[in-house]
Amino acid sequence: MQSIKNHISLIVALLSILFSIQIFIIVDRSIASYKQNLTNNYSMVIVSQKSIDNNTTLGFSPLISSVSELTPDSIIKRLNTNMNNKNIELLKLSLPKFYKIQLNSYPSPDEIKALTKSILRYPTITKVEDFAHNHDIIYKLLLLFKGVVAIFAITIFVVTSLLIFKELRIWQFKHSERMSIMGLFGAPGWLRSAVLFRLALVDALISSFMVFALFTYLSFNPWVLQQFGNVGINITIFNQIDDFILLFGTAVFLSILLAMLIVVGHKEEA
Amino acid sequence: MDKVVIAEDLSLSYSSDEAIINQVNFSIDSGSFVFITGASGSGKSTLLKSLYGALKPKYGSLVVGGVELRKVSRSKLNFLRRHIGIVFQDYKLVKEWTIEKNIMLPLIINGYGKDVTQKQVDSLLKHVRLTHQAGKHPLELSGGEQQRVAMARALSHNPILILADEPTGNLDDYSSQLIWNLLEGANTQLKTTVIVVTHHIPVSMNVEYKHFHIEYGRIHAVN
Repeated sequence: MQSIKNHISLIVALLSILFSIQIFIIVDRSIASYKQNLTNNYSMVIVSQKSIDNNTTLGFSPLISSVSELTPDSIIKRLNTNMNNKNIELLKLSLPKFYKIQLNSYPSPDEIKALTKSILRYPTITKVEDFAHNHDIIYKLLLLFKGVVAIFAITIFVVTSLLIFKELRIWQFKHSERMSIMGLFGAPGWLRSAVLFRLALVDALISSFMVFALFTYLSFNPWVLQQFGNVGINITIFNQIDDFILLFGTAVFLSILLAMLIVVGHKEEA
Repeated sequence: MDKVVIAEDLSLSYSSDEAIINQVNFSIDSGSFVFITGASGSGKSTLLKSLYGALKPKYGSLVVGGVELRKVSRSKLNFLRRHIGIVFQDYKLVKEWTIEKNIMLPLIINGYGKDVTQKQVDSLLKHVRLTHQAGKHPLELSGGEQQRVAMARALSHNPILILADEPTGNLDDYSSQLIWNLLEGANTQLKTTVIVVTHHIPVSMNVEYKHFHIEYGRIHAVN
C-alpha cells in the first residue's frame, strides 16, 4: 500500500502531462490534414487569349504544382445555357483558353495577391480567378484553429509547470528526511538519491505504458475513427513507435528533472 | 593509548553571534566509555553534532577518527560517518522502510553482501528483542521499540565510535536497561568507543567510564 502511495502521485501528474501532449499532437495532425485537404481542393483559373504551354505556367511561381487546361465543353456546361449546337460550336471558337492551376500548399491572402500579380504580367493572360473571398474565410478559420492549438499548447505548458512544481514540493517533503538520514550514516550522494531516481524512472515507465495502452486502443476504436472520417480527416491517431518514444522521453526527462531538482535543493540536516 | 577524539580550542556556534561551546580542550581515548552531561541548552547535543560533522567548528580544531572536521571534504566526512554509529534522541528512522531495512542501512552503505547483512540484522533483532517486528514500519512501534531499532542500526556495522544523544530520554525501564546493556556490550566486547550525552548517568553501570560536564560553554572532566 505504502509502495503504491509512493508512486501514484507522480504517475497521475505524468499521465495528465502525457495525455495532454498526445491530444495536442492529434489536434496538430488534424489541422495539418485539414490544411492538406484545403490545398487539394483549392485551385485558381487563368484566362488567356492564346495557348500557354505548361512549363511557362509552372514558371510563374514555385507555388504552382500542376496546370491543366479546361476544355471548352466543361466551360460551356458550367454556363448552363440553352443554346443550340450551332451556336455552341461558334462560341467554342471564340472562347479564350482556360487553365486550372493547383498549388503546393495552402496560400495566405498575400501569397494569392502576389501570385495573381505575377501571372497577370504575362501578355496574353487577361484574367485570374482566385476565389479570394471564399479563400479568405477558410484561411481565417484555419488561423483560428491554429490559435486555439497555440493556446492549448500554452495551457499544457502552464499546467505541466504547476503539476511539476506541486510534485517537487511533495517529493521534497517525502524524500528529504530519508536522504538526510542516509547522509548521517555516510551514504554518498549517488546512493542517497538512487531511490529517488529509481522511483522517477519506474513512474515514467508506468505512465508512458498507460498512455501507450490508452491511445493504442483509441487509434483502433471504430467510433473514434468514424468521427475523424466524418469530417474528412485521415490521420494517425497514435504512432506506436515515434509517439511512444516522444512520450516516454518526455516522461523520463520530466521525472529525472524533478529528481535532480530535489537532489540539488536538498539541504543537509544540521 | 590512541585518541579517537581530540578537541583543541574548539568553539561551536549556530550563528555568528554567541559561541555555545567556547574554546574547549579535551580528548577521548579509543575504546573508552564517555558520558557528557549538562543542563538543558548547555551545548551537549551541539557538541555531539560536531563529532559527526553536522556542525563545523567555528574556531579551533576537532579531530575525530583521524579526520580534521573543520575543513573536511564531503567524501572524507562520508568516510568517517561510515565508521560511526549514531543514536538520536528522536530515533531518525526511515518511516517508509521496514524495521529490518532500517537496521540494514549502515551495512548497505558500507557495501556488505546480502548474506552478511541478513545474518547481522537477524542477530541484532534478537539482541534488541524485536525479531517478531522485523517486517513492521517504525510508526507501528512504540517509542522504546523504535529506540531499540535505532540502537541496532548504530551497532550493525561494528563502528569504531558510537555517539548517543539521550538514548534513554523517554524510555521505560525495560527499554532503557536493554539500551545500556547493548552500549556496555559494544564497549567491552568489541572495544567500541561510546560517547553518550545524557542528563543522568545510570547508577548501575558495569563499565569504567569517563565523565565530562558542560557548563557555560566550557567542558570539565568530572572523573
